[in-house]
Amino acid sequence: MTFGRMETEFRAKRDAGRKLLVPYITGGLAGWQQAIRAAADAGADAIEIGIPFSDPVMDGPIIQEASQRALESGVTPVSIFEEARELEVGIPLAVMCYYNTVHHAGHERFAYQLLSAGISAAIVPDLPLEESGPWCIAADAAGIETVMLAAPTAPDERLPRVAARARGFVYSVGLLGVTGERASLAASATALARRLKAITDVPVLVGVGVSNAEQARQACTVADGVIQGASVVRRLMDGGPEAVGDYVAEVRAAIQH
Amino acid sequence: MSIMAEPSAEGRFGEFGGRFVPETLVPACQELEAAFREAWADPLFRAELHQLLKQYAGRPSIITECHNLGRKLGIRLILKREDLNHTGSHKINNVLGQALLAKRMGKTRLVAETGAGQHGVASATAAALLGMSCKVYMGAVDVERQALNVFRMKLLGAEVEAVHSGSRTLKDAVNEAMRDWVATVGETYYCLGSVMGPHPYPWMVREFHRVIGDEASAQCRELLGGSDPDFIVACVGGGSNAMGIFSGFVDTDARLIGVEPAGGAAVGRGMPGVVHGMRSYLMQDEYGQVQEAHSISAGLDYPGVGPEHSYLASIGRAEYPTVTDAEVIDAFQLMARSEGIIPALECAHAMAWIAREAPSMQGKVVLMNLSGRGDKDVAQMMEILG
Ligand SMILES: Cc1ncc(COP(=O)(O)O)c(C=O)c1O
Repeated sequence: MTFGRMETEFRAKRDAGRKLLVPYITGGLAGWQQAIRAAADAGADAIEIGIPFSDPVMDGPIIQEASQRALESGVTPVSIFEEARELEVGIPLAVMCYYNTVHHAGHERFAYQLLSAGISAAIVPDLPLEESGPWCIAADAAGIETVMLAAPTAPDERLPRVAARARGFVYSVGLLGVTGERASLAASATALARRLKAITDVPVLVGVGVSNAEQARQACTVADGVIQGASVVRRLMDGGPEAVGDYVAEVRAAIQH
Repeated sequence: MSIMAEPSAEGRFGEFGGRFVPETLVPACQELEAAFREAWADPLFRAELHQLLKQYAGRPSIITECHNLGRKLGIRLILKREDLNHTGSHKINNVLGQALLAKRMGKTRLVAETGAGQHGVASATAAALLGMSCKVYMGAVDVERQALNVFRMKLLGAEVEAVHSGSRTLKDAVNEAMRDWVATVGETYYCLGSVMGPHPYPWMVREFHRVIGDEASAQCRELLGGSDPDFIVACVGGGSNAMGIFSGFVDTDARLIGVEPAGGAAVGRGMPGVVHGMRSYLMQDEYGQVQEAHSISAGLDYPGVGPEHSYLASIGRAEYPTVTDAEVIDAFQLMARSEGIIPALECAHAMAWIAREAPSMQGKVVLMNLSGRGDKDVAQMMEILG
């Protein structure tokens, strides 16, 4: 099997002993492009660009608020793709979007839109394995890597099937719940990452509820890396792009030890 | 085989339905489907539910022929009186079924969304009866316009949380209930209030409301000397009361009419989309952002519709016309003054369509599902009518 750009880079970095760091940034939020550049300069290995949606059921208050602000300023998926094309940050880009955004555009058209915007991968949190077939066919054909989510509720027999369909990496959901900052890393975060590491060679990244540098370090004692969402987006809203850069540098330093 | 059969293994009615939920909820939906299948095939479960519906909810609900309105409109108008159920609407049929199922599954906590508050009241009621805790999510706009039901829920011991995101109505209450469920899936049972959401909800909720159609079919045949009505009319928010009554007549020659509000016409103005776990007709913009519905009635203020309605529309078996808020206000008063029955604003939509279309139905028999009583809407109508 040949891997896509993101999985190729992630495997190589992992095999060289590097922990992977993927900050999430809401597309179209004020300062989002500068924040992506700052994160890339500070040691991010890929960026997850959130496509704002009217009904983000997997998101807690911070990312809901960011999405709402972006939508109110007139942002659309197409305007985000156009601006993403100008980024040229040297690391892979992924989108996080709800399935209706894909469904409405049409699978082939959406895959092509990602491709022409220079985006490597897609994460669709409300498209579980059983419903993913038609999108995956279009994504595979266009060379877009579809990241699959694995949840703590999955029985053992399900995880290998999820991992087998994952491209880029497996998104190991850190807790039962939606995105948002938590005081401590849930025990389920390392438990699920450990179960996944035991059954797959695809890079395993923990996301949802990884809220600071120390929690990222803890998750990386088991996982190949982390995705950080709410803690990044809050810094962009409160402190602007430099605050994002500083934070990513801090997490980078923490997970590399 | 009936047109309203079991959905496919993937939970599809034609190309509609499915299970578009976060990965965390997939095992919960599968577990629920298995539990419902098993319970629904178990005579003991059926008997227990039947007993509750009879001795607690007051079923069977009667039918009432409206002679005054019938004369005025030139039709025979029959009402299925779901307004007379305990808690005041059809919602109790589904809730008693789901709450018994929740108990059987060992769940201790119910979570529900509500628009008009009728489903929330029914859920709070069942939780009180069966000894479970209950949390109800309700859009902040609806908390205000259905204040009576908010207080009823609290009296019944439920916690009501106002939802301030998005359009602050039913759509957003569903989002918040799903977020709760994702976080508490072990102990929580999500008691969904209409024929919508991920598989198995649309099918399961329809089965729990089938009693409306089954009773009405027998009652109408008795009244009409063995024949069926020409028209079956019900309002459609998510579409549960309509599915319930349609299920008794879908395999007859009766025309099935689901009335949507002009400002929340998922079938009339929407196109296929995916939200709240299902693929169905959905009001959305050119990028797939879900549009806000606008209706005088909190229970119908929803941009989507249950997937089996989308299916019935796509094969031409049911029709989904719309009525305006102004027509509904007139129909609300018409029914009160002509028949001494104050309808819920939701089913006043069905009455509004009947009143408008009566000239083309002269001499026909029209069965309308009176899905709830209007007490909850009186304060809102006082403001509107001054
Ligand atoms: C009396 C009544 N009728 C109808 C509805 C709409 O729901 P559905 O379309 O599922 O019947 C509601 C919802 O709140 C209601 O309270």
